[in-house]
Amino acid sequence: MKPKNKRLLTLIAFVTMTSLGFTILLVSLRENLIFFYSPTEVFEKTFDSNKKIRVGGMVKKKSVEKKIKEIDGRKLEEITFIITDYNKEILILYVGILPDLFKEGQGVVVEGMIKNPGVFNATNVLAKHDENYMPPEIKDIKTIKENSNGI
Amino acid sequence: MIFKFANPLRFQKFVSKYQPTLLYLSLIFLVCGLFFSFFNSPPDYMQGETVRIMYIHVPCAWFSLMIYSLIAICSLFSIVFKHTLADIISRASAPIGASFTLATLITGSIWGKPTWGTWWVWDARLTSELILFFIYLGLILITTSYEDKSKGDRYASILAVVGIVNLPIIKWSVDWWNTLHQPASISKLSSPSIDQSMLTPLFIMTISFLFFFVSVLLMRIKAEIIQRKIDVIRFNRVD
Repeated sequence: MKPKNKRLLTLIAFVTMTSLGFTILLVSLRENLIFFYSPTEVFEKTFDSNKKIRVGGMVKKKSVEKKIKEIDGRKLEEITFIITDYNKEILILYVGILPDLFKEGQGVVVEGMIKNPGVFNATNVLAKHDENYMPPEIKDIKTIKENSNGI
Repeated sequence: MIFKFANPLRFQKFVSKYQPTLLYLSLIFLVCGLFFSFFNSPPDYMQGETVRIMYIHVPCAWFSLMIYSLIAICSLFSIVFKHTLADIISRASAPIGASFTLATLITGSIWGKPTWGTWWVWDARLTSELILFFIYLGLILITTSYEDKSKGDRYASILAVVGIVNLPIIKWSVDWWNTLHQPASISKLSSPSIDQSMLTPLFIMTISFLFFFVSVLLMRIKAEIIQRKIDVIRFNRVD
């Protein structure tokens, strides 16, 4: 065999083995690689109530409620809302400042713990942006169309 | 045609003649692209004016992956055929690729703060892009730390080949795992989910960056060829 062909064979074997190794690694680390769980997954699994987890989904429309609460003499805004993946829902309790892009019907990822059954105490709220980019005018036209189709 | 330019002397003449033109073209497209990005494109319905960071962030991210692909192909070629030109191209590309990757990470971070509410999260897309930056740094370190350049090139090409596995991870991380980063807006299989008015500045900026990359790459290849000639002359004089 020519040295050139030998190098080519070694290389192909090397690349195959490395990619195979990484694939096995990634598949077995799947659990640790996901950034957040969906509400359905949260209901399926049991989580330690002291372990921080992240849950992501859509903020359910008309579920956001805000009220001012006094904690340690400071006036803070307590926000409750429901995260849904259109299958299961989770009630979120959060005290703090929401990101600008937090809106009903938009994606969100919350970080925190399940303290009481059925309530998720969030310590951090991140807005998730979707892959759609458009000017406001076009968005208006689209919502009008969607609404008229709905009727 | 490749063999015509593989002649170093002809290549140097070609670079001296056309490299400035490429750089000017890049500048013209940059000015045009920045004008479109800042004044001639609408704000986003959700992000508002923050969307304009995309016109730098996205082309940088594309080039961080494309330059790595170029290095990977050159490394495969170099391992099998032992052609010095492939080594020179990888060596010349690595710092440019590292710069594009760093620009991607920084602009992404600036965008992330107002949009997501955080500078950085350890999700699959952001982490794999950071790993790409470290691989680039590794390549630069290895190629520059050996007295014997061919040795450095050989080890760097092995690292580059191992690093290929990171490319599909970056590309499809947003589809394989739940990430905070949104999925791709532009793909070959479907119509883009970016409005036409926002695609225009994005593509002008991409063309500008392409000209910039090619012109800097040619200049660096030329410098590397001259450097190697000097090394040969020095080596012979000591003998």
